[in-house]
Amino acid sequence: MNRLQQLFEKKKNNILSIYFTAGYPEIGATLKIAEALEKAGADFLEIGFPYSDPLADGPIIQNSSQVAIENGMTLKLLFQQLKDLRAKVSIPVLLMGYANPMLQYGVANFCKAAADVGIDGVIVPDLPLYEYEEIYKNDFIDNGLSNVFLVTPQTSNERIKKIDGLSNGFIYLLSSSATTGKSLDVSDEIGAYYDRVKSLNLENPLIIGFGISDKNSFMRASKYANGAIVGSAFVKTIGDTKDYLSHIPEFIRKIRD
Amino acid sequence: MNYRVNENGYYGDFGGAYIPEMLYPNIEQLKNEYLNIIAQPDFKAEYEDLLKNYVGRPSPLYLAKRLSEKYGAKIYLKREDLNHTGAHKINNTVGQIILAEKLGKKRIIAETGAGQHGVATATVCALKGLECVIYMGEVDIERQAPNVARMKMMGATVIPATSGSKTLKDATNEAMRDWINNPVDTHYIIGSVVGPHPYPEMVSLFQSIISEETKKQLIEQTGNDQPDYVLACVGGGSNAMGMFYHFLDDENVRLIAAEAAGLGVNSGHSAATSVLGKEGVLHGSRTLLMQTDDGQVVEPYSISAGLDYPGIGPQHAHLHKVKRVEYVNITDNEAMQASLLLSKLEGIIPAIESAHALAQLEKMTFKPDEVVVICLSGRGDKDLDTFMKYFKL
Repeated sequence: MNRLQQLFEKKKNNILSIYFTAGYPEIGATLKIAEALEKAGADFLEIGFPYSDPLADGPIIQNSSQVAIENGMTLKLLFQQLKDLRAKVSIPVLLMGYANPMLQYGVANFCKAAADVGIDGVIVPDLPLYEYEEIYKNDFIDNGLSNVFLVTPQTSNERIKKIDGLSNGFIYLLSSSATTGKSLDVSDEIGAYYDRVKSLNLENPLIIGFGISDKNSFMRASKYANGAIVGSAFVKTIGDTKDYLSHIPEFIRKIRD
Repeated sequence: MNYRVNENGYYGDFGGAYIPEMLYPNIEQLKNEYLNIIAQPDFKAEYEDLLKNYVGRPSPLYLAKRLSEKYGAKIYLKREDLNHTGAHKINNTVGQIILAEKLGKKRIIAETGAGQHGVATATVCALKGLECVIYMGEVDIERQAPNVARMKMMGATVIPATSGSKTLKDATNEAMRDWINNPVDTHYIIGSVVGPHPYPEMVSLFQSIISEETKKQLIEQTGNDQPDYVLACVGGGSNAMGMFYHFLDDENVRLIAAEAAGLGVNSGHSAATSVLGKEGVLHGSRTLLMQTDDGQVVEPYSISAGLDYPGIGPQHAHLHKVKRVEYVNITDNEAMQASLLLSKLEGIIPAIESAHALAQLEKMTFKPDEVVVICLSGRGDKDLDTFMKYFKL
């Protein structure tokens, strides 16, 4: 059982995850931000490895990816930076990014390098179910990594069940069909979608992401799922100031309190 | 050898649908329904009617006598430049707009580089009275002002892509983001044989009219539908796929695709993907693309905006790998000289894109009775500014 699976054993509600892009706002920020987030009370982390063409992302995460690449961030460097991860951070950590950098690194090499530094799971939104199942699944499983899939309001029940069967961490429930950084959809239709997913009695916990930016949206999402993920709002906060580490405790407190 | 797509959406090692879950329902709907829809008699009737009476097809297959004399072969030009809107792009947009209507879509989005596909999309949207949103790189909007004006005149909204390098690949990203955010009422008309399955296959099918007509015209004019050589230029590769489509299984026909070498393949300013590209994923399919060791997409360069794309369609990647098609490189200067030559010898000013295929003639030797077909994919009107600067006209 990896740290992520252990977390979901212990904690069932109000799980808070934070996404940030490695190498942003400065190249050496990655581990410092991770440490600060654990201290501030985040339950688990998603560290983004940047890609030049992040088509599921809105302007804030696009910008952080571009800056990170300009700062010199690569997967190779990221794994070097994460060598001390487990000396400093004990909560679960996932890597999140697009398929192409992972394919260039080699999926087997990528999974092994991730496991070696103590990563618990991976989210690659443009890695299709079919290719995962047919080609790459064993690389993830052999290295004890949870692979996380996305589900949207348009995903059919049948497909959600298939995704559940292939998942061994959690299901990333999108709050709407949208790119990252939009505001939360609070319509009845969306409530019905959460209820529909819940009624399937899935094996995996549900974590809601996209559009979660503050206490209100976090609490609303937590009503329907085991927790929620904040991405763009956090990335924006640390990008707006030089003294970014000092703003992290308050950012988390405002969501938690 | 099988050159076609398999049931999983792959051409050999290339293709597939590397898309985020948000796009899955749209792509799945398209995949499940398009073959059925385009096989229906009412679709076929409307498509054929529009191609004939609106686009102006069949486009002529013209024996270029003075060009033939110069190179010592029988050189035929497939005149896609004479289509309405001035290029082959409209073959695809006519097909996709009828398809979009049958799928019940109300809003059309598209990406464009030089603006030719944007114009061809705005055109068919005006024809059908559908809302049209075109994404175009901020840099390209400045470079291609007349095409932006054309799109606007036909009622399209042109949205500048301000992310990344602000060119075609970023316009494509923005169009995909739009589709993610508008999953129900919108159809995305991709302009080339790129993107997730079934786009590469669907766009090739709509462009395959080029080789279908060519074969008939060759029989009428030469009594034989098997030329010795077929040439086309490749950016994403849609005119080339259309030109090669019905010749793929004719193994005695040599197929040659001309890529843009820009200032030279190894100059750092090139779009020669078959040489510089490595296998990876771009815009939803596994293909060859220009990228760094870390998997970041590299910005390509060509004097011709239509070839200025960092990848090639997955079927091209496959045809390259199995060596069915020979991929060659043509520099900016070679293409510009070929544009001038065709203008002077035949009174036809080609698009700079198409001139890349013409320039390959300089590098070949022929026997006098050999038959060569070149896809003249577009006309040069849009490139006048570039010609004026380059040749100091």
